[in-house]
Amino acid sequence: MSDMATASSPLIHPGEWHIHYDYAVGEIAERFFTELRDNATIYALRCPSCKLVFVPPRAYCERCFVRTTDWVKIGPEGVIEAFTIVYEPFDGLPVPPYAVAYVTLDGASTALANFVTDVDLSDPEQASAALAIGNRVIVDFVDERKGLITDFHYRLL
Amino acid sequence: MSIKTAIIGVGQTGYRFKRTDVTMQELAQEAAAKALEHAKMEMDEIEAFVLGIAPDALSGIDNVDRWIGQALGVTPRPQLRVNTGGTTGAAAAQAGYIHVASGMFRTVMVLAADKVSETPDAQWVLNTAMDPIYERSLALNAINMCSFQAVRQMHQYGVTERQLAAVAVRSRQNAMANPYAHLREPISIDDVLSSRYICWPLKLLDCCPRSSGACAVIMAAEQVAVSSPNRPVWIQGMGATSNTVYMGDKMGPGRDTDHADWDELAMAAATAYRRAGITDPLEQIDVAEIYAPFTCTELAAVEALGFCPKGLGGQMNEQGMFDMRGPMPVNPSGGVLSANPISATALARVAEAALQVMGDAGEHQVPGVRRAVATGIGGTLQFHTCMVLGEDL
Repeated sequence: MSDMATASSPLIHPGEWHIHYDYAVGEIAERFFTELRDNATIYALRCPSCKLVFVPPRAYCERCFVRTTDWVKIGPEGVIEAFTIVYEPFDGLPVPPYAVAYVTLDGASTALANFVTDVDLSDPEQASAALAIGNRVIVDFVDERKGLITDFHYRLL
Repeated sequence: MSIKTAIIGVGQTGYRFKRTDVTMQELAQEAAAKALEHAKMEMDEIEAFVLGIAPDALSGIDNVDRWIGQALGVTPRPQLRVNTGGTTGAAAAQAGYIHVASGMFRTVMVLAADKVSETPDAQWVLNTAMDPIYERSLALNAINMCSFQAVRQMHQYGVTERQLAAVAVRSRQNAMANPYAHLREPISIDDVLSSRYICWPLKLLDCCPRSSGACAVIMAAEQVAVSSPNRPVWIQGMGATSNTVYMGDKMGPGRDTDHADWDELAMAAATAYRRAGITDPLEQIDVAEIYAPFTCTELAAVEALGFCPKGLGGQMNEQGMFDMRGPMPVNPSGGVLSANPISATALARVAEAALQVMGDAGEHQVPGVRRAVATGIGGTLQFHTCMVLGEDL
């Protein structure tokens, strides 16, 4: 056996997964993203039973399991419910630092995640104070909208 | 009327960053052989297999359960793969328990394995588990999803980064006595506080490592368990809950649970406790193995398990409540902060809890354990399990 062992061990075989998908967003999300792209507005769906206003919009209320029916315009301002500032680089993810927050847009019952821009993230203590829960933000729409969630981001008020 | 079910054998490979000496199949074989040796059983005495395998891309082998089952020689016995993200190992234990308790099988091997170190892209993989339409492009992953929890705990309860650090220090202290743990170097509060931010407020030493390893647990019906050479560890109660994948639903004014807390675990525990006849968890539970991959998550868990009031986990921990010699020892193994072979992590909690009840935990044995609790958590903090194990039938 000793003859079979080599100085270059362990032997490693490399592997990669490259898998392409085309996700159909469905009619509900298509309406959300069309309004976002064409009219720079954010819509949520209200449950006719429990009256909660869900964003991201859902075809069925996940609490009552009845079809949601009422499109409701929400925002453009809202309140921070949670945030993080990413300082570590991760392969396949954006170059740090960047801030992500969950924000309850005015009129919504749930919080919607997005990046928060225009915050100096170089000092974690100051940046985290600026992004504190309860602070208010406004939605900033990008000029060239493509019907993606990154068509907007949050900016501190 | 369900069949009384016990854990009668446990096998762990030891958790390390890399295991370049074995394939995934061989890693699983190692844990299976150890569990059989511990239970003093042969493989042909196992009637069915439950394999806990989390997202395939973590090991990079699609449906790796096909290869693992073969490697264990399951043919022609049934095997079932379970995947609930981080909860996978505990969910596999839940499925194994149901296999036996239903009366369908007298003996079941529950096995989980992972080699997370073979990709540097674990957080990218976990990012692909996010909603592809609304959330994936926002760089969400397992770390920042727990950062959102920590931020809310700090806001609602005044939890401090120092309190979080104290969880990491205690976990590591315990891991030093556990030869299976991946990280065993001692750390101080200052080490944690001065480690670099990964996702604010979580720093490097608030976070679990990426580990490789496997864990196997053998469960048996009462008729088999009573003749085991080991002290049977009876599954006295089990509870599991699920919640929405959308974290934002647990934060806005419409929330019915809060992302700061683990109300879902409290519900799972209530079910498990009721079945186990536990009315006073602090008095009736002797040790806890908690699935807490980040320091903040352990605070949510000890509160959900009824060990202290909501919001006080950090303070109670600083006061030594959860120390090895404290009133409610938590994670004598060193927990997930000391080893995280993702698929196997939650099963290792069950295995370690069982070892504590058997009195077989070695240097990290808590004296006189009669009843232990093990938890699991996964998804976007959405799947929770709680299992109560005890020496009494």
